[in-house]
Amino acid sequence: MAVEQPLPASAATPGDQTRIHNIGYRNYDGPRLGRSYATRSLYSQSLRGAYGLGRSVKSKVLPMLLFVVMCVPAAIMVAVAVATKARELPVDYTRYAIIMQAVISLYVASQAPQSVSRDLRFKTVPLYFSRPIETADYVRAKYAALASALFVLTAAPLIVLYVGALLAKLDFADQTKGFAQGLVSVALLSLLFAGIGLVIASVTPRRGFGIAAVIAVLTISYGAVSTLQAIADAQNSTGAIPWIGLFSPVTLIDGVQSAFLGASSAFPGAAGPGSGEGAVYVLVVLGLIAAGYGLLMRRYKKVGL
Amino acid sequence: MVRVTSVDGVTVIATESLSKRFPRVTALDRLSVDIGPGVTGLVGANGAGKSTLIKILLGLSPATEGRAEVLGLDVASEGAAIRERVGYMPEHDCLPPDVSATEFVVHMARMSGLPPAAARERTADTLRHVGLYEERYRPIGGYSTGMKQRVKLAQALVHDPRLVFLDEPTNGLDPVGRDEMLGLIRRIHTDFGISVLVTSHLLGELERTCDHVVVIDGGKLLRSSSTTDFTQTTTTLAVEVTDTDEHPDGTRALREALHARGVTVEAGSGLPGAGHILLLTAQGEETYDLVRDVVADLGLGLVRMEQRRHHISEVFTEDEQRKEAAVHGS
Repeated sequence: MAVEQPLPASAATPGDQTRIHNIGYRNYDGPRLGRSYATRSLYSQSLRGAYGLGRSVKSKVLPMLLFVVMCVPAAIMVAVAVATKARELPVDYTRYAIIMQAVISLYVASQAPQSVSRDLRFKTVPLYFSRPIETADYVRAKYAALASALFVLTAAPLIVLYVGALLAKLDFADQTKGFAQGLVSVALLSLLFAGIGLVIASVTPRRGFGIAAVIAVLTISYGAVSTLQAIADAQNSTGAIPWIGLFSPVTLIDGVQSAFLGASSAFPGAAGPGSGEGAVYVLVVLGLIAAGYGLLMRRYKKVGL
Repeated sequence: MVRVTSVDGVTVIATESLSKRFPRVTALDRLSVDIGPGVTGLVGANGAGKSTLIKILLGLSPATEGRAEVLGLDVASEGAAIRERVGYMPEHDCLPPDVSATEFVVHMARMSGLPPAAARERTADTLRHVGLYEERYRPIGGYSTGMKQRVKLAQALVHDPRLVFLDEPTNGLDPVGRDEMLGLIRRIHTDFGISVLVTSHLLGELERTCDHVVVIDGGKLLRSSSTTDFTQTTTTLAVEVTDTDEHPDGTRALREALHARGVTVEAGSGLPGAGHILLLTAQGEETYDLVRDVVADLGLGLVRMEQRRHHISEVFTEDEQRKEAAVHGS
């Protein structure tokens, strides 16, 4: 039988008419929703966590701030376009994420380690794997959650631009097409950046190292690639520019969208890849996403209990 | 106390020549053991294969050889079903410091498949049962070791499993915390009706808590018996008395008096306060009464009479001594 446990005196405040009865241990005979429900719960918890929801106030600051920083330029552009009755938006939908890449990188760097390094550092992972979910479920939930969080971050300003463009009575068909192309582009970017961020973060239980490593990989690769492209441009070897672009995540996305999504390339001299080179870009992007997923699976096979 | 226990012939865990070999070590060596409902202690020195066994029983690590069943489910093919019905409390720290116990346990309940409303309700219930009240809304980072152990236990119980694996739950606790945790473990079975497999490297603390004790060493089964068998052969009492004017050496007087009544007594050498402590083997309740009466008759003050906590190695040496004795005797 239940051992009666006296409630601490502080629980019963004077004037409180409700009484708490200890009714002993009750068995649970309700539904157990199993593996896919658990995976979805982990997904939604991780997605909310990526914006600090359900966590401390302190951990809400940075992601929310970055979200605002991401959207404010779009709002200003829209305001200018409406006020000046411009014929088109100052920036293409596909170009917006490329311009704001520093903010996106910062977001990945801060939230990827938050998502996976904490579980490793505090050894929470074994608790997950002692439950119905499997390694693959954990990896999928975490990957999908960060990719979704990034999509929210990158698609929100596009929505601001689109709504603004419609309010400014710009051409509907034109804007809708550009908006759709922009969404495809940021979806691809979200998957790619989430994969890279999570793979790096899952190697280290230390959050600080994770943040530094993600920033280093994203910015150094972009810096190196754009420097080389500038040199190639200066030496008039324009043919090399698209190939160099394969070596950093941002330029990869830029290449894919200028080849297939009607974007103008941000490469020097707008020397974006043609459709032949563009196919290579798409393959590399898809290959990197798959590799990221594969590496995460391998990593968590080892973590176990 | 209603004992929701011992349905005849029910086996909670069964292993059959279960082996686990790693390239360099053999963690489990043809282990065959049947464990029934109730609280079962799994005792072994560090590296004896306790954690490896739990991993295999959770269906997370394939056995090299042999088979095992948990709650009638095969570990190799029905791991997910086992993990839905079983709880696990790891030995190491596993709690994020920046969330509250409530949030953490709710999340873990949902990871076990409980719908959101049920997860919240069960979390409140379970935390209360393990003895966490107002503090459950504060971040775990500020908890004492004892409170953290309670949260770890709560996450293992929140989905109302039929069996829990508790890996070294008393690690790092002070004596009071240890006793509270052992009492809680006992209640998991008597009050909640959940069977328990609890590991420890200390036999003494398990003797008092468990119905059954399994001792493994080097991955081999050394012994599997109910605790009543165990305590009969292994309980040692440590007795310390004061000196009086009548008996300037109280310890010696007590030893002689006990000798006269046919109880073998050793001096507790090598212990703190050696020379003042007598060790005797308890044969059951009568021994306690006898010591009490003898001490009272002599007019001595009884400073302490306590069960000595055995270290697992003592069981091994005692076992060997007994075997030798048996060989010489025959």
